[in-house]
Amino acid sequence: MAITGLIMVGFLLMHMYGNLKVFLGAEAFDHYAHWLKGDILYPLIPSGWFIWIFRFVMLAAIVLHIYSAAVLTGRAHRARGTKYVTSKPLQQTYAARTMRWGGVILAGFLVFHLLQFTAQVIKTGWNSGAGPYEMFVVSFEQWWLVLAYALWMVTVCMHVRHGFWSAFATLGANTSATTRKWWNIIAWAVAVILYVGFMIAPVAVLIGGVR
Amino acid sequence: MATPILERLGLRGRSARGQEHKHTTVEKDGAMATQTIEEAPASSAGEGRLWIDGSELRDTKAPAGPIEGKWAKRQFEAKLVNPANRRKLTVIIVGTGLAGGAAAASLGEAGYNVLNFCYQDSPRRAHSIAAQGGINAAKNYRNDNDSTYRLFYDTVKGGDYRARETNVYRLAEVSASIIDQCVAQGVPFAREYGGLLDNRSFGGVQVQRTFYARGQTGQQLLIGAYQSLERQVAAGTVKMYARHEMLELIVVDGRARGIVARDMVTGEIESHLADAVVLATGGYGNVFFLSTNAMGCNVTAGWRAHRKGAYFGNPCYTQIHPTCIPVHGETQSKLTLMSESLRNDGRIWVPKRAEDCDKDPRQIPEEDRDYYLERIYPAFGNLVPRDIASRQAKNMCDEGRGVGPAVAEPQPDGTVKQVRRGVYLDFADVIKRIGKDAVSAKYGNLFDMYAQITAEDPYEVPMRIYPAVHYTMGGVWVDYDLMTTVTGLYATGECNFSDHGANRLGASALMQGLADGYFVLPNTINDYLADGPFPKLTPEHPEVVAAVNSTKERINKLLSVNGSRTVDSFHKELGHIMWEYCGMERTEAGLTKALGLIRELRDEFWRDVKVTGENEEFNQTLERAGRVADFFELGELMCIDALHRRESCGGHFRAESQTPDGEALRHDDEFLYVAAWEYNGANPVLHKEPLEYEYIELKQRSYK
Amino acid sequence: MNITLRVWRQANANAQGAMQTYQLADVSPDMSFLEMLDLLNEKLTVEGIEPVAFDHDCREGICGMCGVVINGSAHGRGSSPVPTTTCQLHMRSFADGATIDIEPWRAGGFPVIKDLVVDRTAFDRIIQAGGYISVNTGAAQDANATPVPKVDADRAFDAATCIGCGACVAACPNGSAMLFTSAKITHLAMLPQGQPERWSRVKSMVAQHDAEGFGGCTNIGECAAVCPKGIPLDTISQLNRDLMHALFKPDGK
Repeated sequence: MAITGLIMVGFLLMHMYGNLKVFLGAEAFDHYAHWLKGDILYPLIPSGWFIWIFRFVMLAAIVLHIYSAAVLTGRAHRARGTKYVTSKPLQQTYAARTMRWGGVILAGFLVFHLLQFTAQVIKTGWNSGAGPYEMFVVSFEQWWLVLAYALWMVTVCMHVRHGFWSAFATLGANTSATTRKWWNIIAWAVAVILYVGFMIAPVAVLIGGVR
Repeated sequence: MATPILERLGLRGRSARGQEHKHTTVEKDGAMATQTIEEAPASSAGEGRLWIDGSELRDTKAPAGPIEGKWAKRQFEAKLVNPANRRKLTVIIVGTGLAGGAAAASLGEAGYNVLNFCYQDSPRRAHSIAAQGGINAAKNYRNDNDSTYRLFYDTVKGGDYRARETNVYRLAEVSASIIDQCVAQGVPFAREYGGLLDNRSFGGVQVQRTFYARGQTGQQLLIGAYQSLERQVAAGTVKMYARHEMLELIVVDGRARGIVARDMVTGEIESHLADAVVLATGGYGNVFFLSTNAMGCNVTAGWRAHRKGAYFGNPCYTQIHPTCIPVHGETQSKLTLMSESLRNDGRIWVPKRAEDCDKDPRQIPEEDRDYYLERIYPAFGNLVPRDIASRQAKNMCDEGRGVGPAVAEPQPDGTVKQVRRGVYLDFADVIKRIGKDAVSAKYGNLFDMYAQITAEDPYEVPMRIYPAVHYTMGGVWVDYDLMTTVTGLYATGECNFSDHGANRLGASALMQGLADGYFVLPNTINDYLADGPFPKLTPEHPEVVAAVNSTKERINKLLSVNGSRTVDSFHKELGHIMWEYCGMERTEAGLTKALGLIRELRDEFWRDVKVTGENEEFNQTLERAGRVADFFELGELMCIDALHRRESCGGHFRAESQTPDGEALRHDDEFLYVAAWEYNGANPVLHKEPLEYEYIELKQRSYK
Repeated sequence: MNITLRVWRQANANAQGAMQTYQLADVSPDMSFLEMLDLLNEKLTVEGIEPVAFDHDCREGICGMCGVVINGSAHGRGSSPVPTTTCQLHMRSFADGATIDIEPWRAGGFPVIKDLVVDRTAFDRIIQAGGYISVNTGAAQDANATPVPKVDADRAFDAATCIGCGACVAACPNGSAMLFTSAKITHLAMLPQGQPERWSRVKSMVAQHDAEGFGGCTNIGECAAVCPKGIPLDTISQLNRDLMHALFKPDGK
């Protein structure tokens, strides 16, 4: 759970960084997208293999993450089958409480996201053969899509907010009340950076900052 | 009735007598209540003798020779059990506190089959866990003249010269090994920055020999024993029976061979059979209803054994601790102790005038306060021993100068009077002298505990304290091997009477429990078990069936009374009688009166108690009813013992025996003995075990 | 004070339970919560109703026997200004006329025995799996032979104050007993005496924890929030560290 989660947080940070290349213009963005599918680590590995290795790792991380979550959820349900008539949580954050359903929702939207931009099955305003930059800009000129992504990113970042701290705690990094405070601050920071970093480009597109 | 019993007295021929006894007990059991009550008024009013004098009793197990060598000699002379034979022997241990848990773990390690019982849901809950202060050991890590001999001397003197020298010396001798053992188990004792163990002084002795773990020493020691016990459970040598309560002892052919226990979840009455039985069931302070004991602490195991032939030693010796949080009202269920160390800096006082008692203490000017301990005992002041501090607090409240909420108390004339039971323990002076922070560093956790319970801030308002029943020095009589007068039945820890005489020193209860459990019993019980395994018993054996049936009859009787009063109401009333007449100060008139009251109340109990539910379920009312029924009988014996001991010693203060200035006065010429009582219905038989002091000179205490 | 109680009543492990409502008058604010339940039981007994079964023993907050969920939080922590056991909670924490809900610990590892009483023997079995130092009586060296740095001894002590009440499990949305298990792991892992069995201990205790049907830890922190003894959440990280370390050690189960 912790390791796969952290792999995905790492991916998100990289993904966010890549997205910001939108501000460098169509050429830079498209070149970057092309490079990802091209010669990374060439000639160590054949050209074009990297993206498939990468996709495999990500898929494995997602599958293992969901599998672990399912096992944990199953155990939790067996361990807490009966609910309290009255329940008054004292400590849990909203993020911690919504990890499971939040995870399901964001996984659902992930499928949409992949169908949209990776498989390009769902075309939100562009035609076949459009480049990455064009897809990005055309999509986010539509306010409802920006809104949908804004909401999705809320679930993602909430998930990261608890998940990031929790992953480090699981890996044994919560050594005192002070470090616990710091991990939570860092988790917040990562969540906020991801949110801002991901949403700044679509919003820029929407308000006309990026054409 | 007296003559045949007198003829049967003496230690020899115990098994034959035990058997005869048993028949009478079994017959009596069903109708026990009515029978004994019929006898009672006759003996107290008529002949004037409440007990029968029996033969002298002596410990035959301690070897001869110098005291330093006795324990080693006994260990050498005791018969051994070959390791291969140990697994063929079964030992029942009742109780999982320091004495029981440590013994179960140690005997399990040795290879015996151990069956361990406790009434709680886990062995880790035994009330040893609540001990705060520390554990004494003659390590002399402080280089302050401590030694085994000094610990031995302090303990005997602290016990007001009513303990057996041989047992106490052995206790002091093994004390150092206890600390070693506990540290090896991972008990986190307090340490200094150098990584070595810290010590503090305690209980008025002049050396620093007390090891401690913050204010939770008992908890940490018990968890250590519990972990060792669970290790043996995992190893299969100990079988744990939690939520099981011992209700009867099984004696076959004069030997203790098992117990009858009730599974407290299903209500099943089970017989468990073994080659020897060990009682480690703690003290009986709950006979007073309000005490610092846990709610479930009871005398049933010890009392059932007493009824089957185990003598009961010095039942009247009760320790009353002076610094407890006072009673808040009639629904109070238990009392909480505050460490005695508070008296080092707190000043104890009450208002001089009764009409000031409900005033805010901060509004009472200095000249209207009576610092009575400083006034009466100028030399020791607030640091007088526990028994004296307790008794004077009671005197102040009896005079009507107590403080705190008034609680209704029935008076001897039948009326009910509102009495305030509390005195101030004031820290204003020390806060002024060293500052609030320094006081907080010393006593912060105690102040917090007090604030949580009373909702008063002791930094601002003086604490209110009052004495409470804390420990019972009396208990089942044992010899040097810790064997009772029933062959094959042992008693350890607070359950036995052996080491504390008439008064226990602070930090010595933990020491005794662990000494008995880890080091004494595992080196003496082999002497008996070497003759085993004893003839195989089955649950169908007539004696086993009889014990099970008498237990069932007793339960059925409790359930069938279906009266109108709750068990707790009886227990509270019994406790009140005991506290009033057999508490901090005892008189002949009061004790005689108490005996009448107890007998009347017990009669009423068996006529009018209401026990809800049935046996075949989890039934806490039934559990309590059985315990209270035994407390009635114990309470009677305590009063008889207190009545017969016409001297003041340790925790036992007889108003008739005091010096001209009101201090306790011992009568070594008449009472230098252990009173070991043999069960005989309403007229117990008194066996005296003379106390011979070869090493320690008898002295009278003075604290003025 | 007059209060309304809604108490979980369940005749036995297999029976269906339900909340029952009782009115209770003459409650004093100075009463402890359990004394209030005593008062209720005295009243019920006189009325011929079977009293409410609840576990309790020392009533000074150290034995760990008592524990119920009060108004939705274990030991009534949500009503108390300070960490507390049920026995040390006082009625002054509630308003006159309040309605108080009382429920048993609810967890798969803690089946209900009756009313508010649950079976916590799973905790004993977790300790049996390795929560000890293997030293036979008599085999110990001198107590001062091995110094223990004060910081380690203090950290061991902080973890060793666990009273095994089960509030952590009751409060955990996952029904996990990780705080309990990690308290013992941390206690023994901090001491030199605990080192020889350190790696096998953590593996077998965690395995037993899982086998008992407790849930997994997701670092929510409800356990530490209700813990009457303030066992810190970082003991769980200590357990995780030791467990990861142990995976690379050959010993243990």
